[in-house]
Amino acid sequence: MKVKYIKNGLNVIYALLILVPLLLVFLTTFKSPEEVYRNVLGLPKEFRFENYTSLFVEQSMSTYFWNSVIVTISSVFLTLFFASMIAFSITRIGGIIGNLIFALFTLGMMVPAQVNMIPLYQLVSSLGLTNSLIGLIAVNSAVTLPVAVFILTGFMKSLPKSLFEACTIDGANNWQIYTNIALPLSLPSISATAIFLFVMNWNDLLYPLLFITNNDYKTLPLALLEFQGEYLTNYPMLFTGVMIASAPMVIAYVFLQRYFIDGMTAGAVKG
Amino acid sequence: MKIKQNKLLYLFILPGLILYLIFFILPTLSALFYSITNWDGLTPEYDFIGFENYVNLLTNDSIFAKSFFNNIKFMLFVVIFQTGFSLLFALFLVKNTKTNIFLRALYFFPTILSSVSVAFIWSFIYDPNLGILNTFLKKLNMDFLAHNWLGDESIAIFSIAFVQVWFHTGQMLIIFVAGLQNIPEDLYEVAKIEGANRWQKFRYVTWPLVAPAATIVMAYTTIQSFKAFDLIFAMTRGGPNYATEILATNIYSTAFRSFKFGYASAESVLFMIIIALITFIQFRVLRANRVQY
Repeated sequence: MKVKYIKNGLNVIYALLILVPLLLVFLTTFKSPEEVYRNVLGLPKEFRFENYTSLFVEQSMSTYFWNSVIVTISSVFLTLFFASMIAFSITRIGGIIGNLIFALFTLGMMVPAQVNMIPLYQLVSSLGLTNSLIGLIAVNSAVTLPVAVFILTGFMKSLPKSLFEACTIDGANNWQIYTNIALPLSLPSISATAIFLFVMNWNDLLYPLLFITNNDYKTLPLALLEFQGEYLTNYPMLFTGVMIASAPMVIAYVFLQRYFIDGMTAGAVKG
Repeated sequence: MKIKQNKLLYLFILPGLILYLIFFILPTLSALFYSITNWDGLTPEYDFIGFENYVNLLTNDSIFAKSFFNNIKFMLFVVIFQTGFSLLFALFLVKNTKTNIFLRALYFFPTILSSVSVAFIWSFIYDPNLGILNTFLKKLNMDFLAHNWLGDESIAIFSIAFVQVWFHTGQMLIIFVAGLQNIPEDLYEVAKIEGANRWQKFRYVTWPLVAPAATIVMAYTTIQSFKAFDLIFAMTRGGPNYATEILATNIYSTAFRSFKFGYASAESVLFMIIIALITFIQFRVLRANRVQY
Protein backbone atom coordinates (compact mmCIF):
# COMPACT_ATOMS: atom_id res chain seq x y z
CA MET A 1 0.00 0.00 0.00
CA LYS A 2 2.78 2.36 0.97
CA VAL A 3 4.34 1.85 -2.46
CA LYS A 4 1.11 3.00 -4.05
CA TYR A 5 1.20 6.29 -2.15
CA ILE A 6 4.80 6.93 -3.14
CA LYS A 7 3.93 6.10 -6.72
CA ASN A 8 0.95 8.45 -6.84
CA GLY A 9 2.89 11.16 -5.05
CA LEU A 10 5.77 11.01 -7.52
CA ASN A 11 3.36 11.01 -10.45
CA VAL A 12 1.67 14.12 -9.13
CA ILE A 13 5.03 15.88 -8.67
CA TYR A 14 6.21 14.97 -12.15
CA ALA A 15 2.90 15.93 -13.74
CA LEU A 16 3.14 19.32 -12.03
CA LEU A 17 6.74 19.68 -13.17
CA ILE A 18 5.50 19.42 -16.76
CA LEU A 19 2.22 21.31 -16.39
CA VAL A 20 3.29 24.29 -14.29
CA PRO A 21 5.95 25.60 -16.70
CA LEU A 22 3.60 25.18 -19.66
CA LEU A 23 0.74 26.92 -17.89
CA LEU A 24 3.13 29.65 -16.83
CA VAL A 25 4.12 30.27 -20.44
CA PHE A 26 0.51 30.45 -21.52
CA LEU A 27 -0.57 32.84 -18.76
CA THR A 28 2.48 35.07 -19.13
CA THR A 29 1.65 35.80 -22.76
CA PHE A 30 -1.34 37.85 -21.57
CA LYS A 31 0.65 39.95 -19.13
CA SER A 32 2.72 43.09 -19.51
CA PRO A 33 6.36 43.00 -18.35
CA GLU A 34 5.43 45.09 -15.28
CA GLU A 35 2.67 42.69 -14.39
CA VAL A 36 5.15 39.80 -14.50
CA TYR A 37 7.35 41.59 -11.98
CA ARG A 38 4.44 42.16 -9.64
CA ASN A 39 2.77 38.82 -10.09
CA VAL A 40 4.82 35.98 -11.57
CA LEU A 41 2.61 33.05 -10.77
CA GLY A 42 -0.94 34.38 -10.72
CA LEU A 43 -3.57 34.73 -13.39
CA PRO A 44 -3.28 37.81 -15.61
CA LYS A 45 -5.51 40.76 -14.60
CA GLU A 46 -7.26 40.51 -17.93
CA PHE A 47 -6.71 38.41 -21.04
CA ARG A 48 -5.24 40.94 -23.43
CA PHE A 49 -3.92 39.85 -26.80
CA GLU A 50 -1.64 42.86 -27.23
CA ASN A 51 1.52 40.73 -27.17
CA TYR A 52 0.18 38.55 -29.95
CA THR A 53 -0.86 41.42 -32.17
CA SER A 54 2.36 43.36 -31.57
CA LEU A 55 4.50 40.33 -32.51
CA PHE A 56 2.74 40.22 -35.86
CA VAL A 57 2.88 43.99 -36.31
CA GLU A 58 6.35 44.82 -34.95
CA GLN A 59 7.98 41.64 -36.18
CA SER A 60 7.55 39.76 -39.43
CA MET A 61 6.08 36.86 -37.50
CA SER A 62 3.90 35.74 -40.40
CA THR A 63 6.94 35.64 -42.70
CA TYR A 64 8.87 33.50 -40.23
CA PHE A 65 5.88 31.26 -39.82
CA TRP A 66 5.45 30.67 -43.55
CA ASN A 67 9.19 30.15 -44.00
CA SER A 68 9.04 27.42 -41.38
CA VAL A 69 6.00 25.87 -43.06
CA ILE A 70 7.61 25.89 -46.51
CA VAL A 71 10.99 24.59 -45.34
CA THR A 72 9.48 21.88 -43.16
CA ILE A 73 6.96 20.56 -45.66
CA SER A 74 9.39 20.60 -48.60
CA SER A 75 12.20 18.96 -46.61
CA VAL A 76 9.96 16.23 -45.22
CA PHE A 77 8.47 15.54 -48.62
CA LEU A 78 11.86 15.39 -50.38
CA THR A 79 13.44 13.20 -47.72
CA LEU A 80 10.53 10.76 -47.74
CA PHE A 81 10.43 10.59 -51.53
CA PHE A 82 14.17 9.96 -51.88
CA ALA A 83 14.44 7.69 -48.86
CA SER A 84 11.50 5.51 -49.88
CA MET A 85 12.97 5.03 -53.36
CA ILE A 86 16.34 4.17 -51.86
CA ALA A 87 14.78 1.79 -49.34
CA PHE A 88 12.81 0.12 -52.13
CA SER A 89 15.93 -0.34 -54.27
CA ILE A 90 17.94 -1.72 -51.35
CA THR A 91 15.18 -4.23 -50.65
CA ARG A 92 14.91 -5.25 -54.31
CA ILE A 93 18.63 -5.37 -55.07
CA GLY A 94 19.46 -7.24 -51.86
CA GLY A 95 22.67 -9.20 -51.38
CA ILE A 96 26.03 -7.57 -50.80
CA ILE A 97 25.34 -4.62 -53.07
CA GLY A 98 22.10 -3.88 -51.27
CA ASN A 99 23.89 -4.01 -47.93
CA LEU A 100 26.64 -1.74 -49.19
CA ILE A 101 24.17 0.88 -50.37
CA PHE A 102 22.40 0.60 -47.03
CA ALA A 103 25.68 1.05 -45.16
CA LEU A 104 26.65 4.08 -47.26
CA PHE A 105 23.45 5.91 -46.36
CA THR A 106 23.12 4.86 -42.76
CA LEU A 107 26.74 5.64 -41.92
CA GLY A 108 25.56 9.24 -41.93
CA MET A 109 23.66 8.61 -38.70
CA MET A 110 26.98 8.38 -36.91
CA VAL A 111 28.07 11.86 -37.97
CA PRO A 112 26.96 14.68 -35.67
CA ALA A 113 25.84 17.90 -37.35
CA GLN A 114 28.72 19.84 -35.83
CA VAL A 115 31.23 17.74 -37.76
CA ASN A 116 30.25 18.84 -41.22
CA MET A 117 28.73 22.22 -40.47
CA ILE A 118 31.88 24.18 -41.33
CA PRO A 119 32.41 22.77 -44.84
CA LEU A 120 28.65 22.79 -45.32
CA TYR A 121 28.56 26.49 -44.57
CA GLN A 122 31.36 26.99 -47.09
CA LEU A 123 29.58 24.89 -49.70
CA VAL A 124 26.23 26.59 -49.26
CA SER A 125 27.76 30.04 -49.52
CA SER A 126 29.81 29.16 -52.60
CA LEU A 127 26.62 27.87 -54.25
CA GLY A 128 25.00 31.20 -53.40
CA LEU A 129 22.36 29.45 -51.33
CA THR A 130 22.77 31.38 -48.10
CA ASN A 131 19.71 33.47 -47.34
CA SER A 132 17.48 31.22 -49.37
CA LEU A 133 14.90 28.65 -48.39
CA ILE A 134 16.17 26.32 -51.12
CA GLY A 135 19.54 26.02 -49.41
CA LEU A 136 17.85 25.12 -46.14
CA ILE A 137 15.60 22.57 -47.81
CA ALA A 138 18.50 20.90 -49.62
CA VAL A 139 20.59 20.64 -46.46
CA ASN A 140 17.71 19.48 -44.27
CA SER A 141 16.76 16.77 -46.75
CA ALA A 142 20.33 15.55 -47.06
CA VAL A 143 21.05 15.39 -43.33
CA THR A 144 17.80 13.61 -42.45
CA LEU A 145 18.14 11.11 -45.30
CA PRO A 146 20.19 8.53 -43.30
CA VAL A 147 17.65 8.03 -40.53
CA ALA A 148 14.75 7.92 -43.00
CA VAL A 149 16.53 5.31 -45.15
CA PHE A 150 17.25 3.31 -42.01
CA ILE A 151 13.66 3.20 -40.78
CA LEU A 152 12.05 2.66 -44.18
CA THR A 153 14.47 -0.06 -45.29
CA GLY A 154 13.86 -1.93 -42.05
CA PHE A 155 10.16 -1.84 -42.76
CA MET A 156 10.26 -2.69 -46.46
CA LYS A 157 12.53 -5.66 -45.81
CA SER A 158 9.81 -7.07 -43.59
CA LEU A 159 7.31 -7.06 -46.48
CA PRO A 160 6.93 -10.48 -48.15
CA LYS A 161 9.38 -10.83 -51.04
CA SER A 162 6.99 -13.09 -52.93
CA LEU A 163 4.66 -10.14 -53.36
CA PHE A 164 7.21 -8.19 -55.39
CA GLU A 165 8.15 -11.29 -57.37
CA ALA A 166 4.53 -12.01 -58.21
CA CYS A 167 4.16 -8.49 -59.57
CA THR A 168 7.28 -8.87 -61.70
CA ILE A 169 5.88 -12.06 -63.20
CA ASP A 170 2.64 -10.24 -63.92
CA GLY A 171 4.71 -7.80 -65.96
CA ALA A 172 4.81 -4.83 -63.59
CA ASN A 173 7.98 -2.74 -63.80
CA ASN A 174 9.84 -1.47 -60.75
CA TRP A 175 8.27 1.96 -60.86
CA GLN A 176 4.81 0.39 -60.83
CA ILE A 177 5.74 -1.95 -57.99
CA TYR A 178 7.15 0.99 -56.05
CA THR A 179 4.14 3.27 -56.47
CA ASN A 180 1.36 0.67 -56.38
CA ILE A 181 2.69 -1.90 -53.92
CA ALA A 182 5.69 -0.80 -51.85
CA LEU A 183 4.52 2.73 -51.01
CA PRO A 184 0.96 1.93 -49.93
CA LEU A 185 2.08 -1.05 -47.88
CA SER A 186 4.78 1.02 -46.16
CA LEU A 187 2.35 3.74 -45.16
CA PRO A 188 2.54 3.05 -41.40
CA SER A 189 6.30 3.38 -41.38
CA ILE A 190 6.25 6.33 -43.77
CA SER A 191 3.83 8.24 -41.57
CA ALA A 192 5.89 7.50 -38.45
CA THR A 193 9.01 8.75 -40.23
CA ALA A 194 7.10 11.78 -41.49
CA ILE A 195 6.14 12.84 -37.97
CA PHE A 196 9.68 12.39 -36.73
CA LEU A 197 11.01 14.49 -39.60
CA PHE A 198 8.32 17.12 -39.16
CA VAL A 199 9.25 17.72 -35.54
CA MET A 200 12.98 17.70 -36.34
CA ASN A 201 12.75 20.15 -39.22
CA TRP A 202 10.22 22.46 -37.60
CA ASN A 203 12.38 22.83 -34.50
CA ASP A 204 15.82 22.93 -36.13
CA LEU A 205 17.98 25.86 -35.15
CA LEU A 206 21.48 25.05 -36.37
CA TYR A 207 21.09 25.35 -40.14
CA PRO A 208 19.05 28.56 -40.16
CA LEU A 209 21.60 29.95 -37.70
CA LEU A 210 24.40 29.08 -40.13
CA PHE A 211 22.83 30.11 -43.42
CA ILE A 212 20.24 32.81 -42.77
CA THR A 213 20.89 36.42 -41.82
CA ASN A 214 18.17 38.12 -43.84
CA ASN A 215 14.83 38.62 -42.07
CA ASP A 216 12.93 37.51 -45.17
CA TYR A 217 14.21 33.96 -44.87
CA LYS A 218 14.32 33.35 -41.13
CA THR A 219 12.47 30.40 -39.69
CA LEU A 220 10.71 30.44 -36.33
CA PRO A 221 13.45 28.97 -34.08
CA LEU A 222 16.03 31.44 -35.42
CA ALA A 223 13.60 34.36 -35.15
CA LEU A 224 12.83 33.36 -31.56
CA LEU A 225 16.50 33.21 -30.73
CA GLU A 226 16.95 36.73 -32.01
CA PHE A 227 13.95 38.03 -30.07
CA GLN A 228 16.04 37.14 -27.04
CA GLY A 229 18.55 39.81 -27.97
CA GLU A 230 15.81 42.32 -28.65
CA TYR A 231 13.37 41.72 -25.81
CA LEU A 232 15.97 40.63 -23.22
CA THR A 233 13.88 39.74 -20.17
CA ASN A 234 10.57 40.79 -21.67
CA TYR A 235 9.25 37.29 -21.10
CA PRO A 236 5.66 38.01 -22.18
CA MET A 237 6.92 38.78 -25.68
CA LEU A 238 9.35 35.85 -25.74
CA PHE A 239 6.64 33.46 -24.60
CA THR A 240 4.17 34.80 -27.13
CA GLY A 241 6.79 33.86 -29.71
CA VAL A 242 7.07 30.42 -28.13
CA MET A 243 3.29 29.97 -28.28
CA ILE A 244 3.09 30.90 -31.95
CA ALA A 245 6.10 28.78 -32.88
CA SER A 246 4.83 25.72 -31.00
CA ALA A 247 1.14 26.02 -31.89
CA PRO A 248 1.11 23.81 -35.01
CA MET A 249 3.01 20.97 -33.32
CA VAL A 250 0.95 21.22 -30.14
CA ILE A 251 -2.34 21.15 -32.01
CA ALA A 252 -1.16 18.22 -34.12
CA TYR A 253 0.03 16.44 -30.97
CA VAL A 254 -3.33 16.79 -29.24
CA PHE A 255 -5.05 15.02 -32.12
CA LEU A 256 -2.34 12.58 -33.20
CA GLN A 257 -0.69 11.72 -29.86
CA ARG A 258 -0.30 8.05 -30.56
CA TYR A 259 1.32 8.66 -33.92
CA PHE A 260 3.65 11.29 -32.49
CA ILE A 261 4.75 9.00 -29.69
CA ASP A 262 5.26 6.05 -32.03
CA GLY A 263 6.95 8.10 -34.74
CA MET A 264 9.34 9.97 -32.51
CA THR A 265 10.23 6.87 -30.58
CA ALA A 266 10.90 4.98 -33.81
CA GLY A 267 13.15 7.84 -34.83
CA ALA A 268 14.97 7.73 -31.51
CA VAL A 269 15.35 3.97 -31.32
CA LYS A 270 16.45 3.60 -34.88
CA GLY A 271 18.28 6.87 -35.23
CA MET B 1 14.39 -7.78 -69.34
CA LYS B 2 15.48 -8.66 -65.83
CA ILE B 3 18.81 -6.90 -66.21
CA LYS B 4 17.15 -3.79 -67.60
CA GLN B 5 14.80 -3.69 -64.64
CA ASN B 6 17.68 -4.01 -62.19
CA LYS B 7 19.49 -1.11 -63.84
CA LEU B 8 16.38 0.94 -63.31
CA LEU B 9 16.63 0.16 -59.62
CA TYR B 10 19.95 1.98 -59.45
CA LEU B 11 18.26 4.98 -61.03
CA PHE B 12 15.90 5.02 -58.04
CA ILE B 13 18.85 5.66 -55.76
CA LEU B 14 20.32 8.40 -57.90
CA PRO B 15 18.44 11.56 -56.82
CA GLY B 16 18.88 10.84 -53.13
CA LEU B 17 22.47 9.79 -53.66
CA ILE B 18 23.41 13.00 -55.45
CA LEU B 19 21.89 15.14 -52.71
CA TYR B 20 23.53 13.01 -50.03
CA LEU B 21 26.95 13.08 -51.66
CA ILE B 22 26.93 16.83 -52.19
CA PHE B 23 25.42 17.99 -48.92
CA PHE B 24 26.59 15.28 -46.55
CA ILE B 25 29.49 13.08 -47.65
CA LEU B 26 31.48 15.85 -49.33
CA PRO B 27 31.29 18.23 -46.33
CA THR B 28 32.14 15.42 -43.91
CA LEU B 29 35.23 14.48 -45.90
CA SER B 30 36.15 18.13 -46.31
CA ALA B 31 36.15 18.47 -42.52
CA LEU B 32 38.98 15.92 -42.47
CA PHE B 33 40.80 17.88 -45.13
CA TYR B 34 40.38 21.31 -43.51
CA SER B 35 41.48 19.91 -40.16
CA ILE B 36 45.09 19.83 -41.37
CA THR B 37 45.04 23.43 -42.60
CA ASN B 38 45.18 26.83 -40.93
CA TRP B 39 42.24 28.14 -42.95
CA ASP B 40 40.34 31.09 -41.44
CA GLY B 41 37.21 30.59 -43.54
CA LEU B 42 37.32 34.11 -44.93
CA THR B 43 40.31 34.33 -47.26
CA PRO B 44 40.76 31.82 -50.08
CA GLU B 45 44.36 30.95 -49.12
CA TYR B 46 45.49 28.50 -46.50
CA ASP B 47 48.52 26.35 -45.69
CA PHE B 48 48.81 22.73 -44.76
CA ILE B 49 50.09 22.46 -41.25
CA GLY B 50 49.89 18.71 -40.73
CA PHE B 51 48.69 17.65 -37.31
CA GLU B 52 49.47 20.97 -35.63
CA ASN B 53 45.77 21.68 -34.96
CA TYR B 54 45.34 18.32 -33.31
CA VAL B 55 48.49 18.71 -31.22
CA ASN B 56 47.40 22.17 -30.07
CA LEU B 57 43.92 20.97 -29.22
CA LEU B 58 45.14 18.07 -27.13
CA THR B 59 48.05 19.76 -25.37
CA ASN B 60 47.52 23.47 -25.42
CA ASP B 61 43.84 24.40 -25.40
CA SER B 62 42.29 24.84 -21.97
CA ILE B 63 38.89 25.77 -23.42
CA PHE B 64 38.73 22.60 -25.48
CA ALA B 65 39.64 20.59 -22.39
CA LYS B 66 37.06 22.46 -20.33
CA SER B 67 34.39 21.85 -22.99
CA PHE B 68 35.25 18.17 -22.99
CA PHE B 69 34.93 17.86 -19.22
CA ASN B 70 31.73 19.91 -19.21
CA ASN B 71 30.42 17.52 -21.81
CA ILE B 72 31.28 14.56 -19.60
CA LYS B 73 29.61 16.20 -16.56
CA PHE B 74 26.56 17.02 -18.63
CA MET B 75 26.44 13.52 -20.07
CA LEU B 76 26.77 11.76 -16.70
CA PHE B 77 24.04 13.87 -15.14
CA VAL B 78 21.68 13.43 -18.07
CA VAL B 79 22.33 9.71 -18.56
CA ILE B 80 21.91 8.89 -14.86
CA PHE B 81 18.78 10.96 -14.24
CA GLN B 82 17.11 10.53 -17.60
CA THR B 83 17.56 6.76 -17.56
CA GLY B 84 16.61 6.55 -13.87
CA PHE B 85 13.51 8.71 -14.09
CA SER B 86 12.28 7.23 -17.33
CA LEU B 87 12.66 3.68 -15.98
CA LEU B 88 10.99 4.57 -12.68
CA PHE B 89 7.99 6.22 -14.32
CA ALA B 90 7.80 3.48 -16.96
CA LEU B 91 7.44 0.97 -14.09
CA PHE B 92 4.66 3.16 -12.65
CA LEU B 93 2.85 3.54 -15.96
CA VAL B 94 3.42 0.17 -17.59
CA LYS B 95 -0.24 -0.94 -17.54
CA ASN B 96 -2.42 0.46 -20.31
CA THR B 97 -5.04 2.13 -18.13
CA LYS B 98 -6.67 5.40 -19.20
CA THR B 99 -4.82 7.43 -16.54
CA ASN B 100 -1.49 5.87 -17.43
CA ILE B 101 -1.90 6.52 -21.14
CA PHE B 102 -2.80 10.13 -20.37
CA LEU B 103 0.21 10.58 -18.08
CA ARG B 104 2.56 9.04 -20.64
CA ALA B 105 1.29 11.52 -23.24
CA LEU B 106 1.72 14.38 -20.77
CA TYR B 107 5.27 13.40 -19.85
CA PHE B 108 6.10 13.00 -23.52
CA PHE B 109 4.82 16.48 -24.37
CA PRO B 110 8.07 18.51 -23.95
CA THR B 111 9.69 16.34 -26.65
CA ILE B 112 7.70 18.05 -29.40
CA LEU B 113 8.81 21.56 -28.41
CA SER B 114 11.82 23.23 -29.96
CA SER B 115 15.01 23.55 -27.94
CA VAL B 116 14.74 27.33 -28.22
CA SER B 117 11.26 27.30 -26.66
CA VAL B 118 12.39 25.01 -23.87
CA ALA B 119 15.42 27.22 -23.31
CA PHE B 120 13.19 30.31 -22.90
CA ILE B 121 10.82 28.55 -20.51
CA TRP B 122 13.63 27.45 -18.23
CA SER B 123 15.60 30.69 -18.44
CA PHE B 124 12.46 32.27 -17.00
CA ILE B 125 12.10 29.65 -14.27
CA TYR B 126 15.78 29.98 -13.36
CA ASP B 127 15.80 33.80 -13.52
CA PRO B 128 17.48 34.92 -10.27
CA ASN B 129 15.06 37.81 -9.67
CA LEU B 130 11.65 36.95 -11.02
CA GLY B 131 12.09 33.25 -11.70
CA ILE B 132 9.54 30.99 -10.05
CA LEU B 133 12.18 28.60 -8.74
CA ASN B 134 13.73 31.15 -6.40
CA THR B 135 10.33 32.68 -5.61
CA PHE B 136 9.11 29.24 -4.65
CA LEU B 137 12.14 28.50 -2.48
CA LYS B 138 11.74 31.82 -0.67
CA LYS B 139 8.09 31.09 0.03
CA LEU B 140 9.14 27.84 1.63
CA ASN B 141 11.67 29.78 3.72
CA MET B 142 14.50 27.94 2.03
CA ASP B 143 16.31 31.04 0.79
CA PHE B 144 19.64 29.35 1.28
CA LEU B 145 18.78 27.07 -1.65
CA ALA B 146 18.06 29.98 -3.98
CA HIS B 147 20.78 30.38 -6.59
CA ASN B 148 21.66 32.25 -9.71
CA TRP B 149 21.05 28.96 -11.50
CA LEU B 150 22.52 29.90 -14.86
CA GLY B 151 24.92 32.58 -13.68
CA ASP B 152 26.80 30.59 -11.09
CA GLU B 153 29.76 28.90 -12.78
CA SER B 154 29.76 25.90 -10.49
CA ILE B 155 26.15 24.84 -11.10
CA ALA B 156 25.15 26.29 -14.48
CA ILE B 157 25.99 23.13 -16.45
CA PHE B 158 23.87 21.02 -14.10
CA SER B 159 20.98 23.47 -14.31
CA ILE B 160 20.96 22.99 -18.07
CA ALA B 161 21.42 19.23 -17.72
CA PHE B 162 18.27 19.16 -15.62
CA VAL B 163 16.39 20.93 -18.41
CA GLN B 164 17.65 18.33 -20.88
CA VAL B 165 16.28 15.61 -18.56
CA TRP B 166 12.91 17.42 -18.36
CA PHE B 167 12.94 17.73 -22.15
CA HIS B 168 13.47 14.07 -23.07
CA THR B 169 12.56 11.80 -20.14
CA GLY B 170 9.04 11.29 -21.50
CA GLN B 171 10.42 10.02 -24.79
CA MET B 172 12.74 7.51 -23.12
CA LEU B 173 9.90 6.41 -20.89
CA ILE B 174 8.02 5.16 -23.95
CA ILE B 175 10.97 2.95 -24.93
CA PHE B 176 11.03 1.45 -21.43
CA VAL B 177 7.26 0.90 -21.41
CA ALA B 178 7.55 -1.01 -24.69
CA GLY B 179 10.38 -3.09 -23.21
CA LEU B 180 8.50 -3.78 -19.98
CA GLN B 181 5.32 -4.80 -21.76
CA ASN B 182 7.31 -7.48 -23.57
CA ILE B 183 8.23 -9.27 -20.35
CA PRO B 184 6.09 -12.40 -20.07
CA GLU B 185 3.70 -12.26 -17.10
CA ASP B 186 4.44 -15.88 -16.06
CA LEU B 187 8.00 -14.98 -15.05
CA TYR B 188 6.51 -12.77 -12.34
CA GLU B 189 4.15 -15.60 -11.37
CA VAL B 190 7.09 -17.95 -10.93
CA ALA B 191 8.97 -15.34 -8.91
CA LYS B 192 5.90 -14.90 -6.70
CA ILE B 193 5.63 -18.64 -6.09
CA GLU B 194 9.32 -18.73 -5.22
CA GLY B 195 8.59 -16.06 -2.62
CA ALA B 196 10.52 -13.19 -4.23
CA ASN B 197 9.95 -9.75 -2.75
CA ARG B 198 9.42 -6.59 -4.80
CA TRP B 199 13.14 -5.79 -5.03
CA GLN B 200 14.08 -9.36 -5.97
CA LYS B 201 11.44 -9.38 -8.69
CA PHE B 202 12.92 -6.20 -10.11
CA ARG B 203 16.52 -7.35 -9.73
CA TYR B 204 16.13 -10.85 -11.19
CA VAL B 205 13.19 -10.57 -13.61
CA THR B 206 12.58 -7.00 -14.71
CA TRP B 207 16.09 -5.60 -14.87
CA PRO B 208 17.73 -8.37 -16.94
CA LEU B 209 14.85 -8.37 -19.40
CA VAL B 210 14.62 -4.61 -19.71
CA ALA B 211 18.36 -4.41 -20.38
CA PRO B 212 17.98 -4.18 -24.18
CA ALA B 213 15.68 -1.18 -23.75
CA ALA B 214 18.14 0.29 -21.26
CA THR B 215 20.93 -0.10 -23.81
CA ILE B 216 18.95 1.86 -26.36
CA VAL B 217 17.96 4.55 -23.87
CA MET B 218 21.48 5.03 -22.55
CA ALA B 219 23.10 5.04 -25.97
CA TYR B 220 20.56 7.52 -27.31
CA THR B 221 20.77 9.73 -24.23
CA THR B 222 24.56 9.82 -24.43
CA ILE B 223 24.57 10.89 -28.06
CA GLN B 224 21.81 13.38 -27.36
CA SER B 225 23.79 14.95 -24.52
CA PHE B 226 26.74 15.48 -26.83
CA LYS B 227 24.50 17.09 -29.42
CA ALA B 228 22.70 19.43 -26.99
CA PHE B 229 23.87 22.41 -29.02
CA ASP B 230 20.52 24.18 -29.47
CA LEU B 231 19.53 24.11 -25.82
CA ILE B 232 22.84 25.36 -24.47
CA PHE B 233 23.27 27.91 -27.22
CA ALA B 234 19.84 29.39 -26.51
CA MET B 235 20.23 29.34 -22.72
CA THR B 236 23.77 30.57 -22.06
CA ARG B 237 25.79 30.53 -25.31
CA GLY B 238 28.35 28.52 -23.33
CA GLY B 239 28.85 31.12 -20.61
CA PRO B 240 29.46 32.31 -17.96
CA ASN B 241 33.19 32.06 -18.50
CA TYR B 242 32.85 28.82 -20.55
CA ALA B 243 31.13 27.11 -17.60
CA THR B 244 28.50 25.62 -19.92
CA GLU B 245 30.61 25.33 -23.07
CA ILE B 246 30.39 21.83 -24.52
CA LEU B 247 32.24 20.53 -27.57
CA ALA B 248 29.39 21.26 -29.97
CA THR B 249 29.06 24.90 -28.90
CA ASN B 250 32.82 25.31 -28.78
CA ILE B 251 33.20 24.09 -32.38
CA TYR B 252 30.58 26.64 -33.43
CA SER B 253 32.22 29.58 -31.67
CA THR B 254 35.73 28.61 -32.80
CA ALA B 255 34.53 28.55 -36.39
CA PHE B 256 32.00 31.37 -36.54
CA ARG B 257 33.12 33.72 -33.77
CA SER B 258 36.91 33.34 -33.88
CA PHE B 259 37.02 32.39 -37.58
CA LYS B 260 39.44 29.52 -37.16
CA PHE B 261 37.85 27.11 -39.62
CA GLY B 262 40.81 24.73 -39.87
CA TYR B 263 41.20 24.54 -36.13
CA ALA B 264 37.46 24.05 -35.57
CA SER B 265 37.46 21.31 -38.21
CA ALA B 266 40.14 19.44 -36.28
CA GLU B 267 38.01 19.87 -33.18
CA SER B 268 34.99 18.45 -34.99
CA VAL B 269 36.97 15.40 -36.12
CA LEU B 270 38.03 14.74 -32.52
CA PHE B 271 34.40 15.27 -31.49
CA MET B 272 33.30 12.54 -33.89
CA ILE B 273 35.99 10.17 -32.62
CA ILE B 274 34.97 10.79 -29.00
CA ILE B 275 31.32 10.04 -29.75
CA ALA B 276 32.22 6.88 -31.68
CA LEU B 277 34.44 5.68 -28.81
CA ILE B 278 31.84 6.29 -26.13
CA THR B 279 29.13 4.56 -28.14
CA PHE B 280 31.41 1.60 -28.74
CA ILE B 281 32.38 1.21 -25.07
CA GLN B 282 28.77 1.53 -24.00
CA PHE B 283 27.55 -1.18 -26.31
CA ARG B 284 30.35 -3.46 -25.13
CA VAL B 285 29.57 -2.97 -21.45
CA LEU B 286 25.82 -3.23 -21.81
CA ARG B 287 25.97 -6.22 -24.11
CA ALA B 288 28.14 -8.09 -21.60
CA ASN B 289 25.38 -7.61 -19.02
CA ARG B 290 22.67 -9.14 -21.12
CA VAL B 291 20.95 -12.38 -20.10
CA GLN B 292 18.43 -14.71 -21.65
CA TYR B 293 15.82 -16.84 -19.98
